[in-house]
Amino acid sequence: MYNKKVMDTFANPQNVGYIEDNDGAGKVGNATCGDIMEITIKVKDDVITDAKFRTFGCAAAVATSSVATSMVIGMTVDEALKLTNAKVVEYLEGLPPQKIHCSVLAEEAIKAAIEDYRKRQSEKK
Amino acid sequence: MERRIYLDNSATTHTDAEVLQKMLPYFSDVYGNGSSQHFFGREALAAIDEAREKVAKAIGAKPSEIYFTSGGTESDNWAIKGAAHALRAKGNHIITTAIEHPAVIQTCKRLEKEGFEVTYLPVDDEGFVTADQVENAITDKTVLISVMTANNEVGTIEPIREIGAVAKKHKVLFHTDAVQAIGNVPIDVVKDNIDMLSMSAHKFYGPKGVGVLYKRTGVKTERFMDGGEQERNMRASTLNTPGIVGLGAAIEKAVRDMEKNNAHVKELRDFFVAEVLANISDVRYNGTKDTSRRLASNANFSFEYIEGESILMSLDLAGIAVSSGSACSSGSLEPSYVLLSLGVPIELAHGSIRFSFGKDNTREEVEYTLTKLYEVVARLREMSPLFKKFEGEKKYV
Repeated sequence: MYNKKVMDTFANPQNVGYIEDNDGAGKVGNATCGDIMEITIKVKDDVITDAKFRTFGCAAAVATSSVATSMVIGMTVDEALKLTNAKVVEYLEGLPPQKIHCSVLAEEAIKAAIEDYRKRQSEKK
Repeated sequence: MERRIYLDNSATTHTDAEVLQKMLPYFSDVYGNGSSQHFFGREALAAIDEAREKVAKAIGAKPSEIYFTSGGTESDNWAIKGAAHALRAKGNHIITTAIEHPAVIQTCKRLEKEGFEVTYLPVDDEGFVTADQVENAITDKTVLISVMTANNEVGTIEPIREIGAVAKKHKVLFHTDAVQAIGNVPIDVVKDNIDMLSMSAHKFYGPKGVGVLYKRTGVKTERFMDGGEQERNMRASTLNTPGIVGLGAAIEKAVRDMEKNNAHVKELRDFFVAEVLANISDVRYNGTKDTSRRLASNANFSFEYIEGESILMSLDLAGIAVSSGSACSSGSLEPSYVLLSLGVPIELAHGSIRFSFGKDNTREEVEYTLTKLYEVVARLREMSPLFKKFEGEKKYV
């Protein structure tokens, strides 16, 4: 049911981990639903310099986490906010219909991390 | 992929080589329609009759009580709908369990829409229902009891002889879905007081697409498929001669070799379970530890902090085939209703994996699987936001 690109990404995901001195952290989903995604980002001059993820979930959840974090590294936070789940799915050359929600979760986790970053920025001012 | 290890023998088994050889002539040489009067037809019918006798002998029934079907699902549908409809004037209450196969549960749901009332008996934390529970649920409207012989996910063997005795005492029909049990659990339909029984050939090293409904003499059901007069005018459709021959050969061999196969499979399973529990932290063994009441082939675990489908796919990448009770692998949002019925917490139900061993698995395959399983669990736990590094004696996280 998964294509080769998804399986390859699941087998060798990028950016696994947790940035201890992160500038923003987002966690979405819950164990009851079977999916939790946690993304931490490092930001310098409004550009995302690093992103890492930890995921409890299926192969699609791991693959979308890997792709979403890879995509936002090097983007400004404004650019990263425009990342859509459709772009993640496109990069993976498609997901089974019942797995699309995993890509939505990846988009939401990135947004949550950026929101957290912005909140911390405004608190500093 | 260098390895191909099959540990999903409860999903299906390969067709045994000897069984396949016995089937082959019936595709091309003996191709007559078993209902035809000429010699082509008579040759086919003779083979079908021989298979019918083998099935009857394997479960202690009479050949006239054996009806060939397309598989377990059809047999369950026929038994339950057929009996319920035939007995509608007598009552509208059916008793079953919460852990039946969807072929039974969904059939009961359909009957509920038609006005039947269904009691889905809960099971205990090991997956058992008791004869007392069944007896207490019987009302003057009860027309059918359907309880599986053995569960497909956690392998619990239900007390069907006692339940059959209760059914007999109250003069209520008793059906059992024995799809997982044939070839693994001795069954005698007379001693076990079974009125109807479903089986499917591909679960005991026979071909797919063929099954049996045993129906005790005198049990009235509606006919299932309308058309010709096959199967004593109860189930129309040209008889599947190669499939039926294969089913007959498979059940004869499965019952003959039951003790030997069970001993082999149990040794592999017990070794595997002991190693997993000794080496992996925070793992739950789902179902009963009483091996006398569990299919010898079945092991079901929940691995904390990680999700079942990602375990399944990781093992798949390593050349090992298993199944999972996680929602992600079923395509629904809910994880296994069977595990939830046993009281397994929902997040652990998401992290469940069923390993089901077969007669051709080897110790070496089990050892390889253990090695890969440790790697997979460690890798996925490293990736999980729920995992707190385990500080203990166990070797693999």
